[in-house]
Amino acid sequence: MTTTPVAGRATETVAARATDLSKIYGQGETQVVALDRVSVDFRQAEFTAIMGPSGSGKSTLMHCVAGLDTFSSGSVRIGETELGSLKDKQLTKLRRDKIGFIFQAFNLLPTLTALENITLPMDIAGRKPDKQWLDRVIEMVGLRDRLGHRPSQLSGGQQQRVAVARALASRPDIIFGDEPTGNLDSRSGAEVLGFLRNSVRELGQTVVMVTHDPVAAAYADRVVFLADGRIVDEMYRPTAENVLDFLKQFDAKGRTS
Amino acid sequence: MFRTALRNVLAHKARLLMTVLAVMLGVAFVSGTLVFTNTISDAFQKSSAKGFDQVDVAVRAKYQEDKGNTVGKTPELTQAMLDRSARVPGAADAIGVVSGFTAIADKDGKLIGGGFRSEGGNYWGGKDPRYPLKDGSAPHGANQVAIDADTARRAGYKVGDTVRISVDGPVLKPVISGIFTTDDGNVAAGGSLALFDTATAQKLFGKAGTYDEIDVKAASGTSQTALKTSLDGALGTRLVETTTGKRLADDQAQQISSSMSGLKQGLLVFAGIALFVGTFIIANTFTMLVAQRTKELALLRAVGASRRQVTRSVLIEAFVVGAVAGVTGLVAGIGIGAALRSLMNTLGATVPDGPLVITPGTVASALAVGVVITMLAAWLPGRRAAKIPPVAAMSSLHAKATTKSLVLRNTLGALFSAAGVATVLAATSMNGSDGQAPMGLGAVLLIIGVFILTPLLSRPLIAAAAPVLRVFGVSGKLARQNSVRNPRRTAATASALMIGLTLITGMTVMAGSLQKSIDKMASSAIRADYVVSMANGNELSPDVDKKVSATDGVTATSPLRNVYSRIDGTGESLTGVTGSAIGQLTDLKLDSGTFEVGGAQAVVDKETAKSHGWRAGSSFTAHYEDGRSSRLTVSGVYEGNELIRGILLDDSVVTPHVKDPGDMQVLVKTAHGASDATKDRLEKALGSNPAIKVQDKKDLSNSIAQTFTLILNMVYGLLAMAVVVAVLGVINTLAMSVFERSQEIGMLRAIGLDRKSVKRMVRLESLVISLFGGVLGIGLGVFFGWAAGELLGTKMPTYELVLPWARMAVFLLLAATVGVLAALWPARRAARLNMLSAIKSD
Repeated sequence: MTTTPVAGRATETVAARATDLSKIYGQGETQVVALDRVSVDFRQAEFTAIMGPSGSGKSTLMHCVAGLDTFSSGSVRIGETELGSLKDKQLTKLRRDKIGFIFQAFNLLPTLTALENITLPMDIAGRKPDKQWLDRVIEMVGLRDRLGHRPSQLSGGQQQRVAVARALASRPDIIFGDEPTGNLDSRSGAEVLGFLRNSVRELGQTVVMVTHDPVAAAYADRVVFLADGRIVDEMYRPTAENVLDFLKQFDAKGRTS
Repeated sequence: MFRTALRNVLAHKARLLMTVLAVMLGVAFVSGTLVFTNTISDAFQKSSAKGFDQVDVAVRAKYQEDKGNTVGKTPELTQAMLDRSARVPGAADAIGVVSGFTAIADKDGKLIGGGFRSEGGNYWGGKDPRYPLKDGSAPHGANQVAIDADTARRAGYKVGDTVRISVDGPVLKPVISGIFTTDDGNVAAGGSLALFDTATAQKLFGKAGTYDEIDVKAASGTSQTALKTSLDGALGTRLVETTTGKRLADDQAQQISSSMSGLKQGLLVFAGIALFVGTFIIANTFTMLVAQRTKELALLRAVGASRRQVTRSVLIEAFVVGAVAGVTGLVAGIGIGAALRSLMNTLGATVPDGPLVITPGTVASALAVGVVITMLAAWLPGRRAAKIPPVAAMSSLHAKATTKSLVLRNTLGALFSAAGVATVLAATSMNGSDGQAPMGLGAVLLIIGVFILTPLLSRPLIAAAAPVLRVFGVSGKLARQNSVRNPRRTAATASALMIGLTLITGMTVMAGSLQKSIDKMASSAIRADYVVSMANGNELSPDVDKKVSATDGVTATSPLRNVYSRIDGTGESLTGVTGSAIGQLTDLKLDSGTFEVGGAQAVVDKETAKSHGWRAGSSFTAHYEDGRSSRLTVSGVYEGNELIRGILLDDSVVTPHVKDPGDMQVLVKTAHGASDATKDRLEKALGSNPAIKVQDKKDLSNSIAQTFTLILNMVYGLLAMAVVVAVLGVINTLAMSVFERSQEIGMLRAIGLDRKSVKRMVRLESLVISLFGGVLGIGLGVFFGWAAGELLGTKMPTYELVLPWARMAVFLLLAATVGVLAALWPARRAARLNMLSAIKSD
């Protein structure tokens, strides 16, 4: 993994790749295709947003690529590792060592302090955190004076910053965010997204985020649009207006077809 | 509201399961006890009623009470009285009844029924209507006996066999002349009955020429009461009393049910403990359910439900749970009752046949106990539910289980505990029985105090376990934090276990210490090599002492002969001993005077001396049952103990005044000390009588230990129920915690905690809670055991506290096992949690 700051978009190293990824629930009449032969690359040091209407499969795509959910066919690779052949134990280890998560509902452990929450993945792995890196992450999210607080003593925005720091602290190959700003007011949301973008720009982190908010998507380097389990389009260097326009247009198309 | 409550019960079936089980176990215990005791007392009553068929009126001697210095006595029922009874108008026939202890040995020489319920009597004339012969003929002369059919069947005896029989002395070997059937209540209950002809029975039981009872049969057409009136006229009412057969049967029934009620109450106490422990679980469950349903309940409030309606909906839920538990508990209890009866039968204590008795009272109390206990325990959570503000419906967050400060609780707990400890300590410095009530009160206060304080205690005690838990990495750390996360819940769960372990440990400490002290007393006070006694605690005939002292190698013997007398207007038991030998046979600590027993010299224990105001040198007069008296001098005052206490004097002084002397024990000293050969010789000298025990000091210790082990095991068995209920509580709490924390567990799984570690986390939390309860329980138990011992120590000079370290380790291990077992299912559930749905659910 590279720590050299990378400006702008994309070296060509792929952090995660889905190939012909399908996820089908149920059988026969009640069969629901959540993902329909999706192929997508997430390049290193790139901030990707996945968008789409509800039911489009955007969360499912993220869960499958992140090793949280199983898929029906196709392949998913994180770095060089093929996920399809991994057992639960190996998948768990992969998530622990290679992947970081940020959830919508913060998902911090209320019994741990902010610092303990941040180092939790390394605690689980039984590793000592890299002190310098940790300091840098903490500095970046601005939590220096809140480290001894418990989640209940922090605001929503602060809690999500803890979650961002937790995802960054173990220097994973890739971070997945599931509507990371969904529960935040716009100011806190902007802060969190700023940190995520900075982590990509300054730390060379790879981030993939599911969102339905065009403003959030505008922080990304690239937006992937999903509908009915398929990738329908993608957009580089998005702005909120562009994304909104696209969605409107797409919505209209969806209605007429 | 009712419908909402019912829906809730159905929706939370799985979560209420443990609660139902906990209540059900308690109810099953209660109803099982009731069914069992009702069934056997009914069976005994029916069978004993049959036993009085042959008796219309019974004539018994009227005990003449002690008066002043006159020893009370029982007048004799003479042959003349019998003849007169048979001749009164309306009497068809009169039977003279003689009875006494008679043990029968089986073919291996062992006592049938262990010497308990072994009775003997007389077969009246050539054909006794009470005992129809099944086989053979009536017993005649000293060499014949008839035995009951059940005993004959059990031991495999036939007419013509020689049996070994023991009354109170050397063994007898009569021939079985006949086998009879009987409705005798004792036989129905698994006892044995041996009958001799009347003269032999009178001689064996030391009642030559007299009877214990005269049973009169009414001529046809004469009522029992009419017969009683005419008997009263003929015999007078000063020396004898007459009772109708019906009255006898009623009295017997009364007596049986009152003796059963002792057993019943004893069992119900333990059922009560199990139920009490159950209330913690119920309260915990409902607290958790209410916390989990905050939003739902707030919604009800928001749409217009009143506080009372919310409370009521929780109580209705509790009612349904209690009713289900009551009904299932009742069914299980009936099963337990039936199982207990057959268990008793296989253990050899025959219970007369009869239907299983399930009274409406049993059904009502099972249901009432289930419903009332559950509703009571759910009352507080119900009130708390009512306090949820309607606005909570809008908040997306879980309500905190309770954020109320523990300050008030801790203050209250500290006050209770301090009062409890102070009262218990004050009680320990009191004298024997005076201290009992304060000690009980103090114990209750302390238990309540500790229970209130458990949330506070949980933090430091669990923190103490941190170094151990750190070994388990993240799982250990999370487990520790989870276990102190909701101190009230942890406390209630641990308390349930604490109560059982407090009782178990307290009992063990007391029993161990008592056993040690009794053992010490028996061995330190006795110099004799052997103690000879009757297996069932009856008195030995003076023959035994004679036989033993004539045995080879025996250098000194003394009986401990019980003689009742009146001294200064109060009743005193004198112990007749062989004055010249008693000094060699005992090692009694002399308080004052000299230890001299012989002639008019007697030694008296401290307590007796104190009660009469005697000192060494004092004189007193003992009045005997024959109306005579002797003037005695206190030569010395000694420290009494369980085995030897009271007034010791030479048996040659007292024996002439007693009609039928009996010895509690015979102490034996031999030339070469205790050895198998000597013991063998002694046993042979007594005709290898199975009813007589020859014990050396080691045997004595063993039999003391055996008694304590038996009692302790019974108590363990009964308290096991409370522990089982506590296990259900731990399972319940863990399952609920896992459910409440599913989002967290999902997150942990997502960021890389594997299934094994999740399992370990839950298991360690369970272990921590259980060990917390275990440590508290064992600590309290030791304290109570110590305190009770201090109280006993005032009465027993040899009392010494014995801390059963090994047992305590076992109990701690038991607590740990409880923790591991209770976590099995919740840990599996936690590990199998679907990550994605867990993360999303809020």
